[in-house]
Amino acid sequence: MADAVSVESLSRNYGDRLALDGVSFRVSAGECLGILGPNGGGKTTLFRILVTLLTPSAGRACICGLDVTIERHAARRRIGVVFQSPSLDVHLTARENLRHAGHLYGLSGASLEDRVVDNLQRLDLADRADDLVKTLSGGLRRRVELAKAVLHQPAVLILDEPSTGLDPSARRQFWQELQELRRRTGVTILLTTHFIEEADRCDLVAILDRGRMVASGSPAELKGRIGGDCITIQCDHAADLSERISRGLNCRCRLVEGDIRIEALEGPVLIARLMNAFAADVRAVTLGRPTLEDVFMQETGHRFEGGGALKEEVG
Amino acid sequence: MADQSALSGSGLWLSCRSLWKREMVRFLRQRSRIIGALGTPLVFWILVGAGLQRSFQLPGASGTMSYLEFSYPGAIAAILLFTAVFSTISLIEDRREGFLQAVLVAPVSRTAIVMGKLLGATTLAVGQGALFLMLAPAASIPLSWVSFLAMLGAMVVVSFAVTGLGFCVAWRMESTQGFHAIMNLVLMPMLVLSGAFFPHKGSATWLSWVVSVNPMTYGVSLLRHALYAGGTMAEAAHDVSTTTALAISLAFAAATVGLAVASVSRRSGEPG
Repeated sequence: MADAVSVESLSRNYGDRLALDGVSFRVSAGECLGILGPNGGGKTTLFRILVTLLTPSAGRACICGLDVTIERHAARRRIGVVFQSPSLDVHLTARENLRHAGHLYGLSGASLEDRVVDNLQRLDLADRADDLVKTLSGGLRRRVELAKAVLHQPAVLILDEPSTGLDPSARRQFWQELQELRRRTGVTILLTTHFIEEADRCDLVAILDRGRMVASGSPAELKGRIGGDCITIQCDHAADLSERISRGLNCRCRLVEGDIRIEALEGPVLIARLMNAFAADVRAVTLGRPTLEDVFMQETGHRFEGGGALKEEVG
Repeated sequence: MADQSALSGSGLWLSCRSLWKREMVRFLRQRSRIIGALGTPLVFWILVGAGLQRSFQLPGASGTMSYLEFSYPGAIAAILLFTAVFSTISLIEDRREGFLQAVLVAPVSRTAIVMGKLLGATTLAVGQGALFLMLAPAASIPLSWVSFLAMLGAMVVVSFAVTGLGFCVAWRMESTQGFHAIMNLVLMPMLVLSGAFFPHKGSATWLSWVVSVNPMTYGVSLLRHALYAGGTMAEAAHDVSTTTALAISLAFAAATVGLAVASVSRRSGEPG
């Protein structure tokens, strides 16, 4: 049984610039993979290759065992795509958009009508089905996009930055629908994101930075690599204090935007020692589990730019 | 490892028809486009025609043809051109972000994508041309069923050619502003230097030369021949035979449509 998605040593350059540099990964049927990376990390290039819109310079990418550059149409039948920018015709109704998409996938007649009605109902769009898309809210439009992408019952659903441009409640609802869809159909999901929180919801995460895949695994596995806990210390003179802490307690400190970050196997024990020695210099201490952002920083040696937090929403 | 492509006849027809239908629905839901495409050449034709009415005389002719009558096929050509521009402009937004990206990831042959668009634009252009044709009696042009049908055929050929051209330009454009700039630069001279609005006999040599290599000249000529099909027209109004006009117009249409299919296929490096 072939993997739902398999990518081997995939590269793509634009002139001298290597946008994607020897990326490899596999996704089994039914799994959900999040491709996490900052803007400009190579996510969009990878997405465009997987959805058959861009030819790789080297390596190969397969959907259900079908090479996306050779068996293009066969691969296209097996993928459903949700683009970051809307792909609906705003002058058509939701129903008309779905019907049109069905025709492009060779569906017609009563079986198409049944699927359109079924998809609109499942995504709770039945009462707005005959409104022009331009009158629908952003969240509703994204749901119509999803309904359209899965109309032909693809084996793999590929989404490019699905949360971008949605408000928090619309984003939550979109994720619920995605989970529900997965449970019902067993579809394999592959999505790109620059939101840490979104990657955390996936079974597997592949971290992409400057065209290279720097780490991959389940979120728990990746965070486990850091080992132990993450302590964040807020203080007034971080540089000075961090030096004193690393000398005094013999541990590695990192400065992150005016705070001190320490990774420790036994967080609470270290905090006790810390407060014993430096209580006067410390304003606040938080103890947390490592996040994918910590993983990113450890693997790349630099901060995760272009997001990381949902509130830093753009567009 | 043969690609089970989407080229089966019924799939091609289904997607092509669906893309065509979308063009129709969009057009009918945007009233400003109907007004713009039909109104512009009408106003142009009436104003210019009325203004030049007195000073116009066909060289060597006995003066039996009014300017409104002479420029009538040109006004039809203008309708076809304006409609082609309006219909292909949506490609620019559609392609980079929007509707077309979803079409391009569907298992649809690239030929169907181009043909859906061109058939849609041609239907609209010919439909508006036919409406305008009803005004022929107002310019004292007798319109028979034969000439009406001949005009429909000629309009289909010319429309395919100019929408194909519009498609090729729009496909390469990043912005609608750029598209307008190129269209003004290319299409307006093509229209003006086609013998549509002034007979080029008696004009400067270099100008006649430009007119004779302009494919639109033959399109306008084809429309002129069609308009008088089954009847007679002033000899001096044309100097290209029906066969030549038809052959060059068909070749022009085949070239622009072929180029459009090639452009769409090349982007993703796949066969049409």
